[in-house]
Amino acid sequence: MNRNQLNIRLMSGNEACAEAALIAGMRFFAGYPITPSTEIAEILSRRLPKVKGVFIQMEDEIASMASVIGASLAGVKSMTATSGPGFSLMQENIGFAIMAEIPCVVVNVQRGGPSTGLPTNPAQGDVMQARWGTHGDHPAIVVAPGTVNQVFEWTIKAFNLSEYYRIPVIMLLDEIVSHINEKVILPDPSSLAIINRKHTTKMPGEYIPYQNNANMVPEFIEFGLGYHYHVTGLSHDESGFPTNTPGIVNKLIRRLNDKIEKHRHQIIKLKTEFVDDADTFIIAYGSTARSAHFVARMNRAKGIKIGFIQPLVLWPFPGKEIADIVKNAKSIIVPEMNLGQLSHEIECACARPVISVNRVDGNMITPEDILERL
Amino acid sequence: MFPYSKYLRTNRLPHIWCTGCGCGIILKAMLRAVDRSGIDRNTLIFVSGIGCSSRTPGYIDFDTLHTTHGRALAFATGIKLAKPEMKVIVLTGDGDACAIGGNHFIHAARRNLDLTVILYNNRIYGMTGGQPSPTTPYGEKGTTAPYGSIEPSFDVCRLAAAAGAVFVARSTCYHATQLDKLILKAMNIKGFSLVEILSPCPTYYAHLNRLGTSLDLLMGYKRNSIPVEKARRLDPSELKDKIVTGVIYKTERPEYFEEYHKLQQGITENGRLR
Repeated sequence: MNRNQLNIRLMSGNEACAEAALIAGMRFFAGYPITPSTEIAEILSRRLPKVKGVFIQMEDEIASMASVIGASLAGVKSMTATSGPGFSLMQENIGFAIMAEIPCVVVNVQRGGPSTGLPTNPAQGDVMQARWGTHGDHPAIVVAPGTVNQVFEWTIKAFNLSEYYRIPVIMLLDEIVSHINEKVILPDPSSLAIINRKHTTKMPGEYIPYQNNANMVPEFIEFGLGYHYHVTGLSHDESGFPTNTPGIVNKLIRRLNDKIEKHRHQIIKLKTEFVDDADTFIIAYGSTARSAHFVARMNRAKGIKIGFIQPLVLWPFPGKEIADIVKNAKSIIVPEMNLGQLSHEIECACARPVISVNRVDGNMITPEDILERL
Repeated sequence: MFPYSKYLRTNRLPHIWCTGCGCGIILKAMLRAVDRSGIDRNTLIFVSGIGCSSRTPGYIDFDTLHTTHGRALAFATGIKLAKPEMKVIVLTGDGDACAIGGNHFIHAARRNLDLTVILYNNRIYGMTGGQPSPTTPYGEKGTTAPYGSIEPSFDVCRLAAAAGAVFVARSTCYHATQLDKLILKAMNIKGFSLVEILSPCPTYYAHLNRLGTSLDLLMGYKRNSIPVEKARRLDPSELKDKIVTGVIYKTERPEYFEEYHKLQQGITENGRLR
């Protein structure tokens, strides 16, 4: 394609997220203002009414998450965007969406924590909260792009994963990825694969809302079409009604988890560079992957055998896949803007210690921070 | 006799409510109102929170959503905005709507989105075994208020009207024949409508406060109720501990989605309003 024909734009991560969500078919956004995610709501408040979509600012993040689930159950692709304190409030209804299998996308632009923490500074302290924030044994899909281009691409993928597996997908951005402005080559929307939830072809009366099937994802039908079915956050049987029969509850909880775990190979994605002959590896995600990639490139130029691994999907955790790549490594370096949340997972998966490079002072991890430990 | 089974998931019966509970009286009144409304039942969606009242949707044959504690109105907001052609009815209780869901309650009323709320007020948390709620009268007991509640209670109807509801009514489970009329009126309102219904909880509320049986509570509703038309002629001091019944408040205000729809229609390509 001629360079003049390319749709090239300078945009921030938050802008790319909003634009990609619209392309993915998102037509309902509910949110509550919170730094550093607010631009996503601001952009969508302008854009959604023009495409017959709905934007609503709710009274808090609890209500935002609830109305997103309501809209999705009524058949509309839905999302919300927030940051740490709001993400904490959303946990209750994220659990509901997991239990009731309602697709939606939740963007968490990470800032310093705990509590109100550092509203305007980046952090990556919500890696474990994104996995385990809501109570009970549950599955999770969490994606963590590191560039504006990746935000664009993975926002669409987040919707696709959410729709396909009927699960809320968490996008872990951070203040840097959200606010940095970069060149983005916008793809032709018609060239993009957009996945929509599988609607049942069964008639009312025949439809069993939570019936298991080959891929462990029940068929969907939106409310309002005469199917008269029941949705609850209580443990339920295949018909959707509450039960505390141990065998049925056991089957439900295992199916919900297996639905993601047994398809992990289709969900996880590692970006790798210089890994084939590497003896030292840097593993980084989100904006930290930018510094990590810079260090890897710089050292390769000097002839040092260093490899770069960026997990774009953090959960399900690509432990086996990472362990396979780094099995002959002399050293593994894991920089992250927290006290070692993913380092610990990598150590477990690889059964060996890693060098954890950490910052929790509201500043990014610089290439120098990594070089010091090389 | 009214053909209730037409609207019931009979295979889900028997229900979990205690003998003497008011939930069944409200459920039946609601089904009579739905029937009389003539609304296509495929366009009705029921949403509830958590508690005794909120188990109602499990027993009625419509699209039904049983959500998290206090959040029914927020879920309902998403459904209604995604499918404005639907009639969305929210079933909730005094703890669900006025304590944990209090913020959602006042903001849903303020927005005046077209939702009908039926609030079962039994003045106690029944499902968890009898703790005081925001509508437990001062001095009355619950299992976590063993010496009597030292908190004043909410007047749910005044709260809703002050927050922006356009239709507010109250009745009791004693006035069963009035209930379906009030619910039907509420359903026919375009905007946020509330029907508060005093409902007996013999197992906890009556037992802990030595108020007798469910029948005693119902007879208490009869004794203490005053129709709103009569109440308006009385001095406020004469209304102490009385239950004012009927359409308490009614007004007209733009409905939320009508306003939003204007926004959708009025926006031109360059983003300016016409």
